[in-house]
Amino acid sequence: MGFGLLAQYAMNGLMLGMMYALVAVGFTLFFGVLDVIKFSHGDVLTVGAFAALAAFVGLRSVGVDSSAVQLLAMLIAAIGAMAILGALIARAFVMPLRSAPPLNTLLITLMLGTALREMIRLFYPDGANPKPFPRLLPNGFVRIGEFNLRLDNVIMLTAGALVIIGLELLLRRTKLGLAIRAVAQDEETAKTMGVNFTLIVLVTFALGSGLAAFAGVMNGLYYNEINFGMGLYLGVVGFSAAIIGGLGNIYGAILGGFLFAALQTIGAIMLPFASAYKDVFAFGVVIAIMAWRPTGLIPEKQSERV
Amino acid sequence: MPSQLNKAAVSIIPGAGALALATLYLIAMLRVESQTTILVLLGIGAAVVVVAHWLGWLAPVALSFQERDDALARLAVVAVVAIAGYFREDHFVLLLLCTVLLYTVATLGLTIQFGYAGVLNFAGASFFGIGAYTSALFTQHTTVPHLVVLLVGGIMAALVGCLLLLPVLRTRGHYAAVVTIAFALLLKTFLEVNDVLGGPQGLKVKGLSMLGWSFNDNIEIGHLEMSFYVSYLAASLLMLIGAFVIVRRLERSWVGLNLDALRLDETAARCFGLNIVRWKVTAFLLGNFLIGAAGALYGMLVGFVQPNSYTFADSLIFVSILLLGGIGNPWGVVVATVIVVILPEKLQAIQEYRFLLYAALVMMVLLFRPEGLLPRPVRSYLPGWRP
Repeated sequence: MGFGLLAQYAMNGLMLGMMYALVAVGFTLFFGVLDVIKFSHGDVLTVGAFAALAAFVGLRSVGVDSSAVQLLAMLIAAIGAMAILGALIARAFVMPLRSAPPLNTLLITLMLGTALREMIRLFYPDGANPKPFPRLLPNGFVRIGEFNLRLDNVIMLTAGALVIIGLELLLRRTKLGLAIRAVAQDEETAKTMGVNFTLIVLVTFALGSGLAAFAGVMNGLYYNEINFGMGLYLGVVGFSAAIIGGLGNIYGAILGGFLFAALQTIGAIMLPFASAYKDVFAFGVVIAIMAWRPTGLIPEKQSERV
Repeated sequence: MPSQLNKAAVSIIPGAGALALATLYLIAMLRVESQTTILVLLGIGAAVVVVAHWLGWLAPVALSFQERDDALARLAVVAVVAIAGYFREDHFVLLLLCTVLLYTVATLGLTIQFGYAGVLNFAGASFFGIGAYTSALFTQHTTVPHLVVLLVGGIMAALVGCLLLLPVLRTRGHYAAVVTIAFALLLKTFLEVNDVLGGPQGLKVKGLSMLGWSFNDNIEIGHLEMSFYVSYLAASLLMLIGAFVIVRRLERSWVGLNLDALRLDETAARCFGLNIVRWKVTAFLLGNFLIGAAGALYGMLVGFVQPNSYTFADSLIFVSILLLGGIGNPWGVVVATVIVVILPEKLQAIQEYRFLLYAALVMMVLLFRPEGLLPRPVRSYLPGWRP
């Protein structure tokens, strides 16, 4: 295999890893503050991507042609809308069920994810079919030997890395981040120290959902196509990535995302004849990982297994 | 309520009356075609239930279903036969009824896994599909008797389920959920890309035939003509009776008690010397067997299998039925299946929106009535015994 192809695989793996990591970080944030798994996370990502597409269509119809403005507006629309949606979901469906068995939270978010998915399929114009996503990033490339380093990929990777660094700074350097970490560590103590628990939970859900929306836009820009079912796939993979890294651990989630993408890429290189089976392989890996390390490589902060 | 309540004291009449009313209502519902009439009927049905609840008439019905379970189950079989007799020439209605019966069998399988043992399975439709694909392969390529094929369908579903045993046993709660969700997605993609299994187009299934009696021929006895679906209905009904009896007996036996114990508190159950692994495996495989057997018959009934019929969304329909009916109550499963399967077929306006509607419905149930429409009653070993 030549250098060019190998570099292409590596680039693809990095892009996938960045998206998985962004989704996994959301799962891990929610689990941190509320000890719940929000299965609708992947579908929030889909809704975010569609919100961005709707914003693009709206802007184009009023005659805004600058792709930078379009992209900025799409990101603001998607991230803003999903942050609100995430907080609403937490308020309406996750928090009321705090005293119920954890199974009920799981089921209600699973059903909510289905409802979101179906709403896009049914109510977005022609939502049942894959929709083309605009190419808004500069499409130049730098030639390195046989490999074309595409500029848009570099921009996306950098943006993703910046978002993750920003999140890290937010969590480690600000008062809000301190409050989130306090709630994650010990809810009761955080409350006695004057942390507004409800507000922090809602903000965390907004934050995680905003990250999902960013990942959704990134996914659309990378594949130039979005469909109503993409969130289900990314949700399951993102959750597995969060588990590989140990739920409740941000670095673990990022590591898990890239690890999962690496596994998938290696699978694609090793089994080129079976490219049709790449999703089968991905889900097989998910199941195998759960069988091998049920609570992840870095164990969960409070293992529920006795 | 006197404490020495015995079996004879609990009248069967409220239960039988409710059953008769429900049967007539169902016949009317299946009979009418006009969408407005259906809506009116639905309104009447809902109003009757609300008023009966308000007048306190539902409690005696629930009590007689709880205490005179066996007798009412027999009456329910009579009711199904009566409905089938009424619609003996109507292919569509009979197909719908068969679907209801087979979905009920599959959901009873889920009840064992999820309702009793607490083992999550969000891949119900996948195992149902494995049963159907098995019947497609075996009826097309072998001469295995079709009755055996139904068993093989169940066994195949249980065997494929064995692949998931290790992750399912080692995980719990949301972790186990993601294993089964991943499996549901995996299987659908696999079926779509695998050419041997027909790819996205799927496979044809031969109709059931037994001892030279082909189920796909219309029945003529003298002047009485019946749709060929009547034979399938009989087969489905027999399968449902078998599954129902298994679930009922299982619940009442020490096995059911063990399963309940391990669902409610695994640590305590282990302290009392229960073998957690053994019972989880039993429940998971037995449940999968029922789902697979129902799937095999369903494949023969509809005549073809394709990956799109057995997606994750369909698995969620099974879970919706379970939650709607009340986890662990087989009667609840029956009622919920009737609602979930028949309603979108009759009300064409909601056909397209059914996944959305069920998702919303289940969310409402979880928020406002987490125990389901018909909550599972306390298990009673002695007839009429009250704590």
